[in-house]
Amino acid sequence: MTREAIFNDLNEIFADVLDLGDLSLTEATIADDVEEWDSLSHIRLVVSIEQHYGFKFTTAEIEALKSVGDLVDCIQKKTG
Amino acid sequence: MAVFSIEELNWLRPAPSDFRAKLRALDPTIEIEALVELANHALDLNKLTQLNRALGKVDPAQAKDAALSSVRLAVLADATTEYIAPAIRASALRHGIFTTLYVPDYGQATQEVLNPESGLTSFGADMALLAPDCRSLGLATVYMNPDNAKAAVDAAIAQIRSLVDGLKRTAIPTVILQTLPIPPDPWCGHYDRRTPGSVAAQIAAFNEDLLDLAEEQSLTVLDIATLADTVGRSRWFDPAYWHRAKLPFALDCVPLYADHVARMLGTLRGKARKCLVLDLDNTCWGGVIGDDGLDGIRIGQGTAEGEAFLAIQRYALDLKTRGVVLAVCSKNEEDAARLPFQKHPDMLLREDDVSVFIANWTDKASNIRHIAKLLNIGTDALAFLDDNPAERERVRQMLPEVAVPELSDDPALYPTALAQAGYFETTGLSADDEQRADQYRANAARSVAMETIGDYGEYLKSLDMVCEARGFDDIGRTRIAQLINKSNQFNLTTRRYTEAEVAHMQQNPDLFTLQIRLADKFGDNGMISVMIFRKGTEDWICDTWLMSCRVLGRRVEEAALGLVADAARQAGAKRLIGEYIPSEKNRMVSGHFEKLGFAKTAEEADGRTIWQLDLAGYNAPAQLPMTLNSPPADAAA
Repeated sequence: MTREAIFNDLNEIFADVLDLGDLSLTEATIADDVEEWDSLSHIRLVVSIEQHYGFKFTTAEIEALKSVGDLVDCIQKKTG
Repeated sequence: MAVFSIEELNWLRPAPSDFRAKLRALDPTIEIEALVELANHALDLNKLTQLNRALGKVDPAQAKDAALSSVRLAVLADATTEYIAPAIRASALRHGIFTTLYVPDYGQATQEVLNPESGLTSFGADMALLAPDCRSLGLATVYMNPDNAKAAVDAAIAQIRSLVDGLKRTAIPTVILQTLPIPPDPWCGHYDRRTPGSVAAQIAAFNEDLLDLAEEQSLTVLDIATLADTVGRSRWFDPAYWHRAKLPFALDCVPLYADHVARMLGTLRGKARKCLVLDLDNTCWGGVIGDDGLDGIRIGQGTAEGEAFLAIQRYALDLKTRGVVLAVCSKNEEDAARLPFQKHPDMLLREDDVSVFIANWTDKASNIRHIAKLLNIGTDALAFLDDNPAERERVRQMLPEVAVPELSDDPALYPTALAQAGYFETTGLSADDEQRADQYRANAARSVAMETIGDYGEYLKSLDMVCEARGFDDIGRTRIAQLINKSNQFNLTTRRYTEAEVAHMQQNPDLFTLQIRLADKFGDNGMISVMIFRKGTEDWICDTWLMSCRVLGRRVEEAALGLVADAARQAGAKRLIGEYIPSEKNRMVSGHFEKLGFAKTAEEADGRTIWQLDLAGYNAPAQLPMTLNSPPADAAA
């Protein structure tokens, strides 16, 4: 999958999980940048991404995520 | 839809694709019905969370106007509850409930219950849900020594018991317990169930003891063990998320869990459905009777399709066995529609299983309204099964309060949709339930008798009524609680009490309680009226007076008043005080006390009226058209 396609998916998933209007994530976006993105909604984010792509993250993968860019890397790797 | 997913709540319509936009366009402070409509879809956790956020803006007073019952619920769990709580709140709308939740911080539940100064005490909950986890109850360790296993189970039950006792001290009237699911990973494999020290055996023993505790103390049980088995324990448990965030079960299962909590809240508030309305063609048999004829429809053993329809009829009959009333609503010529019931040898359903049978070409929504009227129940007490999506949609639009399950393309899955939707949930079964369908049919016979006799007084005498009245007791308790929670129309105050509260009332010397049964030559109506008076030295105050509409106009209320008046006089009281609290549904009794000779003493701005009857001036009616059996007043009290 292209990074652009993944960004499109993530924008939708983030809006749904965080109940926000349109938002545009960038490679550098981190939790502190987005209203409502706290440790609780983070879990729902992860599960919603897993449901969307039909895979599961490992605990180590989740712990390594620092920014949206890392997340996109990880999704790219897992979807091949 | 060829598959039916329980954890995705497939008996509900799929959520609209623009769900979030729809929700954002609403003004939740005024459009609560629109929120309820959105709740009636299969919502995932994100959508439930969004709906809950909109609900936060709703004023509880408006919820009451929208016919939602309010519940103040304390959710007492050992694990993370942040995902469960919003989901329960949003799902409750589906079941006619507006909740206000109290959720202690992580790990604080036990302390909150045991500390009389806690926020829980000041919250004033109506209900508490105890949702422990096997890992925090000490049931996740294995033992070689059976004594140690037994000690672990006993300790876990003792912990639950002390929480229940604590909740009683907090004066929370209704406690909901949960059975524990067994984690899927075995210890000894197939031998686990045979060795008491396995986690599986400990949890099984704990669940047995928990059911005993619930029986002993009249508590409600949410059978989460069975729910987890239903979706599959390997799906229910998610070890990764337990480690990451102490989630007690998989996040995907939260919508299903929340719906089960919500349906139980609804059931405790009398919102369970009472009647199943069945379409016929392609719902109760394969094919169209009007076109295919008696030998063309598919029903019965021998073909997979015929057996699938047979299973639907079997499930409907199973519901009828426990008091769910069956009705038919079909677009057909009536003669044709009745033919299979009369003549087809393989039909399980027969005409006398059906309390109201409507087959015509009128719009189904109007017919369904008519069915409710004939049965003297609200349309919100109906569930409607129809294979035709257009009919389902029409009924939902016209009568959003009727439960209409989505159905898969395969009739083999119809019973699953009906069963998993949980429309007919109950917190207890009573002997009356078994007879209900017969009672509804007998009622129809009475209407015919009245038409032939003409004079109403003569008709009442001809019924040979026998009225039995006595105070609350163990035998009547389940039915008393049912009536208290289900009666809407002939109900002066609409105060709801759970079975546990009714049990307390039995013992309370400050209350005068009555349960009244009525039989006549057409059949036994079972328990039909419940009264609760608070005894004062001078005034006896009516807390609850309700009666089943099935026996309206039979002069039972006059007989009942005579009994209360006798008892009050013997106790030295001077007056009976009546109270009428108007609700959406009880206008028919606004003049009740006046008819019985009470004088109005007050009228509040909200429509509540207070009434008074001076016992000195009261004469019991000389001749009532019934035999009255009641124990002496002091025994009844």
